[in-house]
Amino acid sequence: MPATESDDKALADLKSEYQYGWSQPENYVFKARKGLDHEIVDQISAMKREPEWMRKLRHEALDIFLSKSIPTWGADLSGIDFQDIYYYIKPTEAQGKSWDEVPADIKATFDKLGIPEAERKFLAGVGAQYESEAIYHSLKEEWERLGVIFMDSDSGLREHEDIYREYFGTVVPSTDNVFAALNTAFWSGGSFVYVPKGVHLDIPLQAYFRINAQSMGQFERTLIIVDEGATVHYVEGCTAPTYSEDSLHSGVIEIIVRKNARCRYTTIQNWSTNVYNLVTQRTLVAEGGTMEWVDANLGSKVTMKYPSVYMMGAGANGQILSMAFAGPGQHLDAGGKLIHAAPNTSSQLISKSISKGGGRASYRGLLKVAKGATGSKSNVVCDALLLDEKSRSDTYPYIEIDEEDVTVGHEASVSKIGEEQLFYLMSRGLSEDEASAMIVSGFIEPMVKELPMEYAVEMNRLIQLQMEGSIG
Amino acid sequence: MSSELVIKDLFVNVDGKPILQGVNLTIRQGEVHAIMGPNGSGKSTLAYTIAGHPHYEVVSGDILLDGQSILDLGADERAKAGVFLAFQYPTAIPGVSMANFLRQAVSAVRGYTEKAKQQVADGGSAKTIGSELMPMREFRRELTEKMERLHIDPGFARRYLNEGFSGGEKKRAEILQMAMLGPKIAVLDETDSGLDIDALRVVAEGVNSLIGPNLGALLITHYQRLLNYIKPQFVHVFYNGRIVLSGGPELALDLEERGYDWIRQEFGDPMNGQEVE
Repeated sequence: MPATESDDKALADLKSEYQYGWSQPENYVFKARKGLDHEIVDQISAMKREPEWMRKLRHEALDIFLSKSIPTWGADLSGIDFQDIYYYIKPTEAQGKSWDEVPADIKATFDKLGIPEAERKFLAGVGAQYESEAIYHSLKEEWERLGVIFMDSDSGLREHEDIYREYFGTVVPSTDNVFAALNTAFWSGGSFVYVPKGVHLDIPLQAYFRINAQSMGQFERTLIIVDEGATVHYVEGCTAPTYSEDSLHSGVIEIIVRKNARCRYTTIQNWSTNVYNLVTQRTLVAEGGTMEWVDANLGSKVTMKYPSVYMMGAGANGQILSMAFAGPGQHLDAGGKLIHAAPNTSSQLISKSISKGGGRASYRGLLKVAKGATGSKSNVVCDALLLDEKSRSDTYPYIEIDEEDVTVGHEASVSKIGEEQLFYLMSRGLSEDEASAMIVSGFIEPMVKELPMEYAVEMNRLIQLQMEGSIG
Repeated sequence: MSSELVIKDLFVNVDGKPILQGVNLTIRQGEVHAIMGPNGSGKSTLAYTIAGHPHYEVVSGDILLDGQSILDLGADERAKAGVFLAFQYPTAIPGVSMANFLRQAVSAVRGYTEKAKQQVADGGSAKTIGSELMPMREFRRELTEKMERLHIDPGFARRYLNEGFSGGEKKRAEILQMAMLGPKIAVLDETDSGLDIDALRVVAEGVNSLIGPNLGALLITHYQRLLNYIKPQFVHVFYNGRIVLSGGPELALDLEERGYDWIRQEFGDPMNGQEVE
């Protein structure tokens, strides 16, 4: 990004703040000015009363960000004006927005999904906090008893600085990519999870339970450490559309899976269609460990997200289930990366993409087997479904194999909803929309069946709504 | 009053080619009709046209259900009106279980879906997920009962619709759908094709269990053998896109004995350009 742009602040400020029908909230306790520079970094770090090393890390990351250019190999990102963004807003209890300001189509969708009142306000960004109090507190006691840490990242840094100092930025360093640098410079919110040795958590940790405005910030930063032999399932996001007035969301998720540990991270992304969603998610997996990414993308204007598994220890396993449903005006560029860096590692990636109404869904994936990763196995399957002529699907599979003793499979398919399938279902009483929705639900079934029950049900309902054309 | 489907002087083109050339037929609830004819005579075209396939262009004539033309109705509306087609080649829908599919189909045909939509349109409040469907417990009970009656393994309900089904399983699945949807008029297109004798017996038994005063059935078949198991009151010979002969069950036996050659001799060579089935 050219540094000269930072001089264009005046111009940037002319851009309407009412672009999506939202007035600018005025009663924040603290609001940094728009734009990105070192002074803002200092303000954020001071506000959070962070240790000096974190402040320095942020400054270094900003320098890295400023020295790199925005990638042009994926989705079109030229619409992002980096100077026209507030990089930090400290949320207050009441956010100063009202329900009346929530766009009608979002409200209608909540209605159709049957989302309870309290949750609606939260999802629309009106309520600052949604906690399912009773459930959350009983779970919290259980976690504490087991020694599990589950808190927001800001508290994590404050209360577990030693862990942060040791691991923060080790899985996704600032130098990794331009958005990782941006996130490191301005991060706020996200989760910190630590699961002690041998602890098996049966109930998923849901960001939903303790979600608040902070954790859904623009630059979330999550750190998850699953210690030896432990298992955890972390779920973030929700099927209901999540309204954000921030047009740029760029999170970083760092996960460390230790020996024989197991982690599943499920994301259901349904941002409103003004959002650029550019996320870096990566896991380092030690010997015998397993990482599973379940990544469903429904919303946003642009998404670029490739959850990665680095299999660093012998016998490590990586699984990625990726889904993208791109409607009108959306470009979802999703997929994943599987890096085999040790012998006898195994992996699988299944991608399901759907494009409708001129939407564009791309699969982009990397399978890499490093020299010495003998006996490794991998299978990549990507299926695309096009719902009409004006929609688009692309596949960019990258395969780099530096070892001979490996077994690798790759399959790709593109299909359209067949006239015969539609007629068959319609001859049983389903309308054309219902029939199409059923075919789409079937197409993503391998993914949906991996979701927690309540999400799976909502996901199918949401697909039906999308097919009725009643959303966006 | 019992329902009736009346096909009146029906002419149908497929891809611009004339296939049906003046079909006349009336099927009443409680009656079983069989249409027999050589391959390529247009039997399946008749089946698809009754069910409302958009690909089949009605040039003239009419199809009436209880006096009302159904030509302007989509396939889904015809199903809701009580018309059913058991497909010769049922399509697979990967990822959709039999049970989910059947629940949605039954809900559509029995009006649960429409009722829920109407309530929302009338300003009703948010509906919980699934409220537009037949209640799960009721549905389960009925499905289990009908599967038992048709000797279908309970595990069938969880399998994906027609995916990896054997020929016999596909046809049984069609009959199960028919049992659940409870049509007034059912067209069974070559239900015997691709079945060995045991499978044929099982499927025929299923159909027989559904035949009764509330069902008008039209069996479309090339061979007489299906009619050893399902007894029609009326048999029609289909040739060159229309019915050329009608009679009782004895006509089927006649055809079995003499083949279709004498039909050709009597009613002329097959139409030019007619596709062979």
